[in-house]
Amino acid sequence: MTVSDIVNFFGLKIRTGENQLNGEVTGGYASDLLSDVIAHSRKGNIWVTIQTHPNIVAVAIMKELAGIILTGGREPDSDTLQKAEEEGIPILVSPLFTFELVGRLYQTGISGMGPC
Amino acid sequence: MAEAGNDIRFHEMFHIEGGNFTNAGSISSQVKKILKGAGFSGKVIRRTSIAAFEAEMNVICYANQGNLSLFITPNFLKVVVEDEGIGIPDVNVAMREGYSTANEKIRELGFGAGMGLSNIKKNTDEMILTSEFRQGTHLEFVIYLSGQDKG
Repeated sequence: MTVSDIVNFFGLKIRTGENQLNGEVTGGYASDLLSDVIAHSRKGNIWVTIQTHPNIVAVAIMKELAGIILTGGREPDSDTLQKAEEEGIPILVSPLFTFELVGRLYQTGISGMGPC
Repeated sequence: MAEAGNDIRFHEMFHIEGGNFTNAGSISSQVKKILKGAGFSGKVIRRTSIAAFEAEMNVICYANQGNLSLFITPNFLKVVVEDEGIGIPDVNVAMREGYSTANEKIRELGFGAGMGLSNIKKNTDEMILTSEFRQGTHLEFVIYLSGQDKG
């Protein structure tokens, strides 16, 4: 499943990285603590968070994540948008809260397990 | 006489401004770009840039200012981070996963989980951390280049 598939399946709003949605999603991680994401997310994961500041882009680059989904209708800060666009990191927005969105992602076969 | 394998082939120093969260991660991003350009393996790049990111964040969160230096030798990568700031009263306690002195502002940004130093330890082959309380902190870590070709 690609990021683009997830966007279409869940009707996510694309805020950045429109041309970077073809990446294969290897799994998912959900957390709002950046060091936790750095420690436990895996390359190609889709990351679900409520953090909206530019450091989320730095984490996504660092861990080579497939994209970031902001939940609860949160919007990325303007400097986050700029940085994500520059770096080609997809930022997507969902009106659902984290628990609900992660549950639905899991139902489509996106797992939080797998090798680091 | 220095061994050829330890010769410094590349050295660059970056300044880190304490309390500036806007550009947080920019120095570790630059480190990552340098390592990518130099053609290191994905695993070496990932480990080094994760450790550099955590070190950079520690300076931003807790110090007034600091410098991060990257050294490349044929056998290993070395990063030295020196800062001026509050320092760490007890390094052994600070190394415990989950221990944090972060304030509310830092936590709201998603930092201060108490995992930074342990993330550095996990991703490096050697790590030295010393600190003078109320003066500053000195961190060094080394990542070996051999035996890490996979990933």
